[in-house]
Amino acid sequence: MSLVRAIEARNAQLLPGRRDESWRYSDLRGVLRAIPEASPEAPHPRTPAPLGDVEADHEIAVINGRSQTTTFRAAAGSSGALRLRIVSRADHTLHQGAFAIDIEDGANLTLIETYEGDGLAYVSDFSLAVSLGEGARLERIVLLDEPADAISISYSEIDLKPGARFAQTVIASGARLQRHETHVRHPGGGADVRLDGLYLLDGKRHADLTTVLAHVAPDGTTRQLTKGLAKDQARGVFQGRILVERGADRTDARMGHHALLLNDGAEIDAKPELEIYADEVSCAHGNTLGSLDEQALFYMRSRGLPEHEARALLMQAFIGEVVDRIEHEGGRKAVADWVAQRLEALA
Amino acid sequence: MTMLSIENLHVTIGDKEIIKGLSLDIPAGEVHAIMGPNGAGKSTLSYTLAGRSGYDVTEGSATLDGDDLLALEPNERAAKGVFLSFQYPLEIPGVPTLTFIRAALNAQRKARGEAEVSAPAFLKLAREAASKLKIDFDMLKRPLNVGFSGGEKKRMEILQMAILSPRLLILDETDSGLDIDALRIVSEGVNAMRSPERSMLVITHYQRLLDYIKPDRVHVLAGGRIVASGGPDLALELEAKGYDQYGKAAA
Repeated sequence: MSLVRAIEARNAQLLPGRRDESWRYSDLRGVLRAIPEASPEAPHPRTPAPLGDVEADHEIAVINGRSQTTTFRAAAGSSGALRLRIVSRADHTLHQGAFAIDIEDGANLTLIETYEGDGLAYVSDFSLAVSLGEGARLERIVLLDEPADAISISYSEIDLKPGARFAQTVIASGARLQRHETHVRHPGGGADVRLDGLYLLDGKRHADLTTVLAHVAPDGTTRQLTKGLAKDQARGVFQGRILVERGADRTDARMGHHALLLNDGAEIDAKPELEIYADEVSCAHGNTLGSLDEQALFYMRSRGLPEHEARALLMQAFIGEVVDRIEHEGGRKAVADWVAQRLEALA
Repeated sequence: MTMLSIENLHVTIGDKEIIKGLSLDIPAGEVHAIMGPNGAGKSTLSYTLAGRSGYDVTEGSATLDGDDLLALEPNERAAKGVFLSFQYPLEIPGVPTLTFIRAALNAQRKARGEAEVSAPAFLKLAREAASKLKIDFDMLKRPLNVGFSGGEKKRMEILQMAILSPRLLILDETDSGLDIDALRIVSEGVNAMRSPERSMLVITHYQRLLDYIKPDRVHVLAGGRIVASGGPDLALELEAKGYDQYGKAAA
């Protein structure tokens, strides 16, 4: 990645930016004029983790890029939940972290992965590598809940074996520039992937949910649903790419992105891409942009709901499907609570 | 005592004046019907009373119990007791009917300084109201009006009316899209709400609805004004002779 190169060379000119096709809508180079100094070590935060109500069997915190361990292994046939807390406690400095998770054959893991920060204008760069063995299952719930002036880049690579199941829900509240990238290598052979996303943005926040998924062998299914709300001068970016390689026959993939602009001045950029080189493929994508239904709002208000409450209810109804698709019950409830609170700011 | 009082009301939409000096008083406990040809301003009147944006009152007044209605937000009017039954009720995807009605009821109660209705008490209320209107209770778990037939939507309006218990009911073309059975059920629901403390404004194009909901007074709205008023017989006369006799006023 050019981001890593730029940091190593301490040369901001090498950062990806709007001239790079995949960073067109998230101009990191334009936002970060110089590579900041490295962040110092920082103590463990006293505040509870976001989604802290979800019970986890293991908890690992990565603070300013540092953690006691950088790997986690879910043993074959095991079942459990891991909380991975990516914490930034830094002012105007930069840190990088990396982590790897190995989910062995038949293991079942729920990953609660949260990004939080209590610093000022920090730059966080984090990468995660996950491998799933045959018949392994991972449900990954990612919450990006960071300060408005932060720059946060997160990147993940997911590698599945046949028969594995990977389900992901990313919830983003944006930052000065917040980008979450997921790359999935889909082996088919009955493997199943769900790649969902939700962005809830206000002020000048920017969130970019980018996914690249490659079906490399026959008989794989993918379901992708991303929804978003953008208010004030916020900007939401969705880039979803599904590649069906030669020989990945009978692939069944569906991608949907639906967003609402809550006022003039907000912006949403969507780039859904399906690239197909195989036969007997069933692929579809849908992309819609709209605004809150003014007639429905009047109807609701005429029944007594104050405007704020009516708007919150309509927004909740719009994005609810993404939350409902979270399978882990505790995770779904915690996300629903977080989302309801976030909608208060947007309504 | 007069509950709703409208005086010399003028309403424009965009640059076009639709209501041109309408006056109307409805005493508490009475049911008044407004009949008129298409384009007379019937729906404009109901939306204006409910507070829809884009309906600009340029002159005149409308008061409920002596309080200025036009200065209030739509939800404040609802809390004061105004209920507009829509000619075309909106679909609200993703919001279960029960959730919506309970939120509306509690918002109104909160605005009036009353305690919220608990979930069990609300369910009891909703069950009773649904059974009277022959609505399958399971339907109330579905998103409001989504995929409902025209008749079902109108029944949902009456259900909300029964639960919210407003003081001024405005029925905008409630009979449109109803077959005779649905019309009877809906009318029975409305008639059950007649009370000395409640007034109704029934807006309709056809006399048919007034066979079921008997008005105390009938007014003819044409060209943005009330051009004739009378007892229930006026509706029958209109049915026989049509609106043509008011053609000049309409023009």
